[in-house]
Amino acid sequence: MPTIPVSEAKPEYDVAIVGSGAGGGQMAYTLTLAGLKCVMLEAGRSYDPVTETAMFQRGDQAPLGGVRTPDKHFGFFDATVDGGWEVPNEPYTQASDKEEEQFKWWRARMMGGRTNHWGRISLRNGPYDFKPYSRDGLGFDWPISYEDVEPYYTKVEMLIGVYGSNEGMENTPDSPPGVLQPPPKGRVGDLMTQKAGKKVGVPVVPIHRAVLTRPLDAKTIPAKLHPNNKKAQKIVADSMIARAPCFWATPCGRGCSIKANYQSTTVHLPPALATGNLDIIPNAHAREVILDDQGKAKGVLFIDKTTGKEERVSAKAVVLAASSGETVRILLNSKSNQFPDGVANRSGLVGKYIMDTVGSDLRGQIPAMENLPPHNDDGAGGSHFYSPWWLYGEQKAGKLDFARGYHIEIGGTRRMPGGGSPVPGNFLKGLYGTKLKEEARRYYGSFIGLACRGEMIPNEHSFAELDPDVKDKWGIPVMRWHWKWSDQELNMATHAQRTFTEIIEAMGGTVQGGPNREGKETILKGGETIHEVGGALMGSDAEKSVCNGWNQTHDVKNLFLCDASPFPSNADKNPTLTIMALAWRCADHLIEEAAKGNL
Amino acid sequence: MDTTDSTLHRLPRRRVLQWFAAVAAAGENLPLQGFAQTGAPVAAKGYGTDPDLTKFYAPGDVWPLTFSDTERKAVTALADIILPADDFGPAASSLRVPDFVDEWVSAPYPEQQKDREVILPGLAWIDEESRSRFQKPFADVSEPQQKAICDDLGQPEQKDPQLKKGAAFFARFTGLCLGAYYATPEGWQAIGYVGNTPTGVFEGPPQEVLDQLGLEQTVKD
Ligand SMILES: Cc1cc2nc3c(=O)[nH]c(=O)nc-3n(C[C@H](O)[C@H](O)[C@H](O)COP(=O)(O)OP(=O)(O)OC[C@H]3O[C@@H](n4cnc5c(N)ncnc54)[C@H](O)[C@@H]3O)c2cc1C
Ligand code: SF4
Repeated sequence: MPTIPVSEAKPEYDVAIVGSGAGGGQMAYTLTLAGLKCVMLEAGRSYDPVTETAMFQRGDQAPLGGVRTPDKHFGFFDATVDGGWEVPNEPYTQASDKEEEQFKWWRARMMGGRTNHWGRISLRNGPYDFKPYSRDGLGFDWPISYEDVEPYYTKVEMLIGVYGSNEGMENTPDSPPGVLQPPPKGRVGDLMTQKAGKKVGVPVVPIHRAVLTRPLDAKTIPAKLHPNNKKAQKIVADSMIARAPCFWATPCGRGCSIKANYQSTTVHLPPALATGNLDIIPNAHAREVILDDQGKAKGVLFIDKTTGKEERVSAKAVVLAASSGETVRILLNSKSNQFPDGVANRSGLVGKYIMDTVGSDLRGQIPAMENLPPHNDDGAGGSHFYSPWWLYGEQKAGKLDFARGYHIEIGGTRRMPGGGSPVPGNFLKGLYGTKLKEEARRYYGSFIGLACRGEMIPNEHSFAELDPDVKDKWGIPVMRWHWKWSDQELNMATHAQRTFTEIIEAMGGTVQGGPNREGKETILKGGETIHEVGGALMGSDAEKSVCNGWNQTHDVKNLFLCDASPFPSNADKNPTLTIMALAWRCADHLIEEAAKGNL
Repeated sequence: MDTTDSTLHRLPRRRVLQWFAAVAAAGENLPLQGFAQTGAPVAAKGYGTDPDLTKFYAPGDVWPLTFSDTERKAVTALADIILPADDFGPAASSLRVPDFVDEWVSAPYPEQQKDREVILPGLAWIDEESRSRFQKPFADVSEPQQKAICDDLGQPEQKDPQLKKGAAFFARFTGLCLGAYYATPEGWQAIGYVGNTPTGVFEGPPQEVLDQLGLEQTVKD
């Protein structure tokens, strides 16, 4: 990825963007194609998926068979470099010693951020998801509605390429005709779950994922995305042509060298760079937003990690998209006379209402799936089917002891083996010799994993603040986390475990780890599902929120937050598509306001 | 002279106890008489947070291997009893499984270091056991003799807490062998994994598989 050293930065840019992931990538794309001059600060190194992705490498070609280690938290071949649950030189702390009150913070530090290895699940929030408080009196409404965001969901889907089907289900929006790419065929685990789901009343349908199942239509899409902008159309068309459709092999978590799935580094940044309007400075760790005397943002103070020196870039507007936790940290660290508690924090709400997704998993062993004839089950390198939340009616009728929904993600197990045992040890106990190989083959692929991904309701006990004592390598105060699941989430996880037990048993399978377990024992830790959102609440009242419906901070008009930090709620729908849609919408707003001279 | 299974005695309890004590002590990092040397932690560095992901690695490339010749012999013999050459595929040693186990116990990461404290004493013990039963180290005794020892170690439902520990060593060792063996193309064939090859279309499960499970493909062309 072409980058510049700090020394080559221009004296002033239109916009400085912090972070190159989903939010930063989308901002850079939209702004530069519209002709704005942008500089992007990325804390990690430059990274090129085309040359750096381990596409076909096997376990026996990696250290330790490729298993996860403290150096590579999701396995050797995972796309993430220099990031994970811990990042060298950048600690974070917990307010409580109790594990259930801690937040696990997964951070990327590389060009493209977490989008290099994310699961590519791309679900739209539905109309209810923008007005949760109005529906059940809990949490907050968004100041915007589904209708405001819909055009941007469509644009993002057309740009990045999302497969899936329109099922017409409640609060699970269809995309306009022709926008989605065809969904891939169901695999054994998908079809088994779908059939069992039918028996127990759980709908299972194709999921939406940002993977190309056929080439993007470079002839018609660019003009729809950028009407009246021939230069943009040409650049976007070229970029679309450079992407190949999925070839049905290699796990997407490693990244994709043929650019068949969405990562910021293959979809957003190349066209942005092609405009000539983007300078990217890697190894640039933003520390503070700098303000002028009028209280407007005028640039960003950052550490050049290659020298350890403090540097600055100047810009007429600043966008923070460093991942919600890190954006909160930058805001809180940007202290001045005008903002003694951190920039854009007159409401005192920066850092409040941090949310993750409710995660609770279960695995079943299915005798019918033993000894299946070998067949290719790789598919699109991630999920094909899922269950959108299906019990809105029950909830409305007051029949459930939790207010929001979850969806179910389905994991088959005929994946490429290597590193760890391909079959859990308890199925092979004490065996050796040919009998062992026979049994390994028998059980291989006979497991199905079901994962609850549910909505957490924001609460007063889950927040982040600056640690008063601990600083990182560069002397910057670090985040200290507070966390608590409420009964809402625990009850949801209990419900999910019951549902999963029913589904597995309807397949004639046995659940591993015990049937119908309690949410309390099975819920993943805060942060562990890595859907960190919130911390800079979006709302219409400047005293009760940090930014407005345009991701624009109330207190500083030319400061925009374009990751998930403004999310007032965290629907069960994975956050990234919404991050991108809101960023595009924010960029359009920024361009318009700038043209009117309002920034 | 071969001795058949039926004439072999079960593990003498005393020796199991001794080994168990060694494993427990290793966990506390205490120096042990018999196993002090082999149990020493490794001091090498890991591959770091930004290794070259596209390079092909072999055991020993990133950190040095540490098995002694004696250990390597025992590992090779044990791995080949666990995963022998048969109709499913070649023997573990011809797929470099012993190298993998060596790489594993020589790795500088906590989980692997913990395994080192189980595997190395376990290997030393298995040789000692073999010597006391058959006067030769494990690698040099006959296959039925090796199997007799494995049968004892592999008892899945051990009630005796000491024997349970023995089974735990065997299970861990087996787990490492499986992870290594099935990471190879030969291993894929042995277990029935098909994939990692690009294709133009994804057809989903073949009709034969759908029929066997009573499924219908619900995503139509
Ligand atoms: C394993 C995994 C699977 C996931 N699966 C899905 C999924 O299927 N669907 C979904 O919707 N979401 C998924 N997610 C979440 C998804 O990755 C994030 O929602 C998304 O990447 C957020 O985009 P972002 O731009 O806010 O942050 P990021 O993608 O994290 O990018 C932030 C960037 O900012 C940089 N940065 C941080 N601090 C600074 C600083 N101080 N100065 C300069 N730069 C900085 C970082 O280095 C990084 O590059 C998954 C995440 C993980 C880890
Ligand atoms: S499965 Fe398809 S999209 Fe995913 S990495 Fe492989 S080729 Fe790319």
